[in-house]
Amino acid sequence: MSEVGYLLIAVGVLFDVFGTLGLVRLPDVYNRLQAATKCVTLGTCFILIGAAVCGPSIGFAVRAILCAIFVLLTSPVGAHALARGSHLGGVKLWEGSVVDRYEEDAEKVRQATGSPGETGRPEAE
Amino acid sequence: MSVFFFTAFFMVLLLCAFLCLYRLQQGPTAPDRTVAIDVLGTLVVGFCALYALRTGKEFYLNIGIAWALLSFVGTIALAKYLEGKAFDE
Repeated sequence: MSEVGYLLIAVGVLFDVFGTLGLVRLPDVYNRLQAATKCVTLGTCFILIGAAVCGPSIGFAVRAILCAIFVLLTSPVGAHALARGSHLGGVKLWEGSVVDRYEEDAEKVRQATGSPGETGRPEAE
Repeated sequence: MSVFFFTAFFMVLLLCAFLCLYRLQQGPTAPDRTVAIDVLGTLVVGFCALYALRTGKEFYLNIGIAWALLSFVGTIALAKYLEGKAFDE
């Protein structure tokens, strides 16, 4: 049983390495956000599940699974909030980026309502 | 045998944390640094779980849960701040 746990923990640590490597290597904040958040969330969940598998007691396993579910729920929410905040805050995309759906939607809303719109917020009426 | 494994895991996680700190120091814009803080918080949760397993002290897992909660609240607050708006809007 504990070998399975160690294997899961090793996979999680490996994903953490890839995620932080992406955080260092990728060109702009949106690329870094997606690489780092996805990989590190999955890696930490794997570590917690591995700890639950080879943990000492049932209570430990339950708490580890609860923590994994919590991280799995909150980390994408935080990442989306960060991406939205940095886009509205005026951080430009990398020049190699080919598509910006958020800006396209904001443009559509601006043409439909005829108003310049304050910050390109798509739900602005 | 397991001691060797745990030492290796801790070393690799420390390396990840240092990569995050590099981005935190280097990042050209404020959102970059915020992403680095967010990732560092998630890494620490995994670190706490590993430490609880290694030492057999189960309350380190509670510390991990509390850390995840605080990291989430901090990230949301910083994202709102980056947007350039007041908190009560």
